Amino acid sequence: MSSKNLGHAQSGAVASPFDVQKLRRDFPILSQKIHGKPLVYLDNAATTQKPQAVIDAMVRSYAEDNANIHRGVHLLSERATRAYEDARVKVQGFLNAPDLREIIFVRGTTEAINLVAQTFGRANIGKGDEVLVTEMEHHSNIVPWQLICEEKGAQLKVIPITDAGELRMDLLDSLLTDRTKMVAVVHVSNSLGTINPIATIVEKAHARGIPVLVDGAQAVAHMPVDVQAIGCDFYAMSGHKLFGPTGIGVLWGRLPLLEKMPPYQGGGDMISAVSFKKTTYNVVPNKFEAGTPNIAGSVGLGAAIDYLKGIDIAALQAYEDELLAYGTKALAAVPGIRMIGTASKKASILSFVMEDVHPHDIGTILDQEGVAIRTGHHCTQPLMERLCVPATARASLALYNTKEEIDALVGALARVREIFA
Amino acid sequence: MDLRDLYQEVILDHNKRPRNFRVPDPVNRKAEGYNPLCGDKITVFLYVDGDTIKDLAFQGTGCAISKASASMMTDELKGKTLGEADAFFERFHTMLTAPATSEVEMDALGKLAVLSGVREYPMRVKCASLAWHTMKAAMKAEHEVISTE
Repeated sequence: MSSKNLGHAQSGAVASPFDVQKLRRDFPILSQKIHGKPLVYLDNAATTQKPQAVIDAMVRSYAEDNANIHRGVHLLSERATRAYEDARVKVQGFLNAPDLREIIFVRGTTEAINLVAQTFGRANIGKGDEVLVTEMEHHSNIVPWQLICEEKGAQLKVIPITDAGELRMDLLDSLLTDRTKMVAVVHVSNSLGTINPIATIVEKAHARGIPVLVDGAQAVAHMPVDVQAIGCDFYAMSGHKLFGPTGIGVLWGRLPLLEKMPPYQGGGDMISAVSFKKTTYNVVPNKFEAGTPNIAGSVGLGAAIDYLKGIDIAALQAYEDELLAYGTKALAAVPGIRMIGTASKKASILSFVMEDVHPHDIGTILDQEGVAIRTGHHCTQPLMERLCVPATARASLALYNTKEEIDALVGALARVREIFA
Repeated sequence: MDLRDLYQEVILDHNKRPRNFRVPDPVNRKAEGYNPLCGDKITVFLYVDGDTIKDLAFQGTGCAISKASASMMTDELKGKTLGEADAFFERFHTMLTAPATSEVEMDALGKLAVLSGVREYPMRVKCASLAWHTMKAAMKAEHEVISTE
């Protein structure tokens, strides 16, 4: 299997050299003007834009192949079922999952984590047990564990971070105890961009027989993700942060674990036989996919993965690293700006605060210049508290961003300074 | 719309040098306000004597719009009766939430009319109204945390 591109092309697709201007033309939304200025979209950590290929695939799904799946004997249902299951195969290739049955379609990363917490967690976490997360987690990798900890009388423990935004790996050994039943950690921080040493965490946790869930929401658009190489037990991701549609995401889990886990939701498609006395459940993955799923969404996600197959991952990573370094340097040169998150290994995120100007005011002024960024706590309130900032301004990059757009950001920040002089 | 209509000098001035940014002594009513969207937090303190707001102050963190709105509110409402303050709240709130195209009676708003530019920025209306909702809660002596959501 090739790992040369993000789409993990298994056959046929030929990766082309990285040409950002050509890529930009694939994303129709990027050519519009905002408040009369060219759109500079730097909010990719919130959601990425969609290439025409994804939009077309979803339109085709509704215009030509729409029917419910796994049920009808008619041709449309057969086509819709095949499209849905084809998308599963594409995701398997994308994550290099050993078994197709390990790919579970969910609404997004949040639902994937909740699924694990409510099934694996409820079955395996008991009174006095511990769940270990990190100080830089998104609320979606904190609250699902808090819910199950409250229910079971278990304790949520936290790996602290340094001022630069790196995990205190020196404390990991002492935080992993005989009571630890799950380690849940973010692959790439949405607020800081820190790339965490997942493989080391997995190694240490597994040495004690503790399973590891990885929140991959921010990782998948920026680096190859190979769940076998990472070695984790669960990996959660969202389609919409990978140039695909909203409302579709993936939970990957090891088959033996998934088979032992109780169902998440009850309903159609997750059963094999129902009577009022007893219901027997369907096999994995259907056991976890109750009800009519997001069929067009899965098709869109599959199209996004296909799209990425045409992009050389090494070239993309080199390009994004260069862009991040360029942005870091450019922002450092703006008077009064302090970067939040200065880890040695980072991806995609430029989080910052500006002296005497609240991030919300920065966001509004930048918007008037056509520059879209995110301001606020980025659903990481404990992290903001740790870093003693109420909020940050965050520019987040994707493969279609350019140095000219970083320049536009810096230019718009000069306008902020002018107004708040 | 020009950004200067939103960030008028008087707003920037109140942001830079917020009035009544303190804990009054004595104080007999207070409330906390919180905007979960952005993490802004504010505490509004009142000293009510009989029916009159004798002192009014605030503390907290927030953007220029929220700080200026809070600062100007303390200037405006100090010395008013609870009934007058309530009526002013209604006028201010109506101004903020009215469609940007509609005619709003600005004269009755006094200096607070400078915040009418916020109507053009729907995402920022909550910034301008946080202090006011918190003040209303403090007048009723509701001690729980007030949320804009």
